[in-house]
Amino acid sequence: MHSFVYRANVLLTLALTILALMCVIASFSDNFNFPSPSAEIQIVKFNGFQKKPPGNDEVSLTMNITADLQSLFTWNTKQLFIFVAAEYETPQNSLNQVSLWDAIIPAKEHAKFWIQTKNKYRFVDQGSNLRGKEFNLTLHWHIMPKTGKMFADKLVLSGFRLPEEHRRG
Amino acid sequence: MSLIQDPILFQTSSPSRFRDLFTSPMDWQGQKLAELWMQVLLIVFAVVAFATGYITGSFRTMMLIYAGGVVFTSLVTVPNWPFFNRHPLKWLDPSEAEKHPKPQPAAVASKDKKKSSKK
Repeated sequence: MHSFVYRANVLLTLALTILALMCVIASFSDNFNFPSPSAEIQIVKFNGFQKKPPGNDEVSLTMNITADLQSLFTWNTKQLFIFVAAEYETPQNSLNQVSLWDAIIPAKEHAKFWIQTKNKYRFVDQGSNLRGKEFNLTLHWHIMPKTGKMFADKLVLSGFRLPEEHRRG
Repeated sequence: MSLIQDPILFQTSSPSRFRDLFTSPMDWQGQKLAELWMQVLLIVFAVVAFATGYITGSFRTMMLIYAGGVVFTSLVTVPNWPFFNRHPLKWLDPSEAEKHPKPQPAAVASKDKKKSSKK
């Protein structure tokens, strides 16, 4: 500690090391949050169901999404990334997951919401397996932190079924 | 204007006390004190910042309190304040050193008359 520059260096290094430790503890504190999120999705209607070239089924649908994800937020949460995926089984694949819609929730106040929307991304199958298919709509969320570990989880909503026949709309 | 430093007495020719805060060396007791205060202050501010941020649920609060604490600590412990120089070292006056020259090793074969050990 024999010169000004030396002391300044020690202070800067020590301050940054302590800051890193604070961030580790802050991230660890997220483990003490036990959230209770809830969500509901209703399919308003199927807008279209076609077999497109080169032979893959494509669905277009409108859905109502209601959710209360406020309990997922902690003091260390930067934002919530959520998406809805359609999940189903085919002879070719044991699990197909197709992302239909996603959103970023920047603050706790916006985490309780209702939205009616068409699927943002195309619901396309590998093949033509979707007629009369039963599928789940799963709401996934990624809790993106200000610092440290990101937590991800999901809520499975089952009981959806596609129409038996192809149709224009 | 160049700074003339006496290597033995560690005195600078510039009379500015403000300048001394940045350039003058700190005595040993002061250095120990500065190190201690630096560590204590930073840790105390870190704990207070974390506790306040966690309780109020505001990450921003934690960062602001800690940043303020770092600035405060740097103002207290980095410049060479007078209270860090309360135990200055008493160096031997050069004229005294000349009166008592360093003894030469006796085992050397040649018994040369001792020369003054002036550097």
